[in-house]
Amino acid sequence: MSQTIVQQLDVQGLACPMPIAKAAIAIRSMQPGDRLEVLATDPGSVPDFTAWCAKTGNDLLEQTEDAGVFRFLILKG
Amino acid sequence: MSGVPARIVVLGGGVGGTLVANLLDKRLGKDAAITVVDPTGMHDYQPGYLYLALNGANAHWLSRDERTLLRGGVDLAIEEAVRIHPDAGTVQLARGGSLAWDYLVIATGARLVYDEIPGLAEGSHGFYSLTEAERLRAALRTFSGGKIVIGVAGIPYKCPPAPVEFAMLLEEHLRDRGIRDRSEVVLASPLNRAFTIESASKIVQPIMRERGIQLETFFNVESVDPSAGIVSSLEGDKLEYDLLVLVPPHRGQDVISDSNLGDAGGWIPTNRSTLNAGGYERVFALGDATDLPISKSGSTAHFEAPVIASRIASLILGTAPAENYGGRVMCFLETGNGKATVLRFDYEHPPVPPEPSRGWHMAKWIFNRAYWETVPQGRLPDRAPGTMPKEVVR
Repeated sequence: MSQTIVQQLDVQGLACPMPIAKAAIAIRSMQPGDRLEVLATDPGSVPDFTAWCAKTGNDLLEQTEDAGVFRFLILKG
Repeated sequence: MSGVPARIVVLGGGVGGTLVANLLDKRLGKDAAITVVDPTGMHDYQPGYLYLALNGANAHWLSRDERTLLRGGVDLAIEEAVRIHPDAGTVQLARGGSLAWDYLVIATGARLVYDEIPGLAEGSHGFYSLTEAERLRAALRTFSGGKIVIGVAGIPYKCPPAPVEFAMLLEEHLRDRGIRDRSEVVLASPLNRAFTIESASKIVQPIMRERGIQLETFFNVESVDPSAGIVSSLEGDKLEYDLLVLVPPHRGQDVISDSNLGDAGGWIPTNRSTLNAGGYERVFALGDATDLPISKSGSTAHFEAPVIASRIASLILGTAPAENYGGRVMCFLETGNGKATVLRFDYEHPPVPPEPSRGWHMAKWIFNRAYWETVPQGRLPDRAPGTMPKEVVR
């Protein structure tokens, strides 16, 4: 399994549901085991990404916040 | 003022463009020469398509000659704009020639792009254009039972509550026709709730459950297989359907992309407060054409228009532009059975929708009928942009 981030997705400034829609498109072209890093500013993206990962079989490895920017590290399942 | 009228060109004769032009004419009179440029010269009341598809409106009621909605001092050019030259202060027209402007308002709206989703044009119905709504009405007339899947095939799209409203009204329509027990209604949502706004989802989801409207979550449409009757999502799920009703993907107009004024989707980078477009002092954008992270809806354009009119008038009259757009939007949300709720919000205040009631349904009904005589002319009473109804301010 690759330990590096394969793709980064910057959805800062975008409102719900754009972050999820863009993540769904981005992860589609990745391989199982690849990691996707998402940067978002919409506070609603925290519950959304948690639920989205649970539904889609991807793992939410990390979720952090720094100065209003939410970072999600997702492992494609 | 030098005595020479300022030349104002407004691209687009929808709700935003028409209202800005009328407000500017009212405010500036002979100090401005205002031209609305619109490729069709017809003004459509798009919220009516939903009702038309379900047999509640006729096409005649949904369209008017734009000329009849503009004040006498505003010129209408039935032309297609193909290039905007912000530095030269001109707009190039498809049939040749160009228009020079001192101030430009871009209200070009969105276009529907069916070919972005394989199978969408052949396999899906919709209610986002008059043609689509009429085709859906015909399909529903012969529908005698089966599975109807409703969803969105791209984000962003106009009028975010519309798919939920359609599901609610369709369910009622099927009951009225006596075929509800032979039908399934499924709403496929891109999120884990029925609607982008959580407070609105909390209102509509119990109603959906009560009416047996199924919710399929995290379903971002990837493709449609018309021969198999299957719609697939980016998340890898598949739904079978007998009748598919999808909102097509939306993009900004070609004139925006061709003029290098748009982002990847063709939406114009717009200042969220001043509504200046692309960083140009004398160019403004409103309505669906902008990249602002708020609803693409007539209501948004309605509340943005007075801000742009005020700022342009200030620039022409030599006073400091003072009005800002605060993100105000107001949308009705029909929940069926003669009831509706309302979503009122701005950049800082999420909506607190009231319980659905007959009163709000009646308010929407009155708005639908009063639209032609009030909104384009700026006759609808309005609060100062950016302020909110008392019950929403926290």
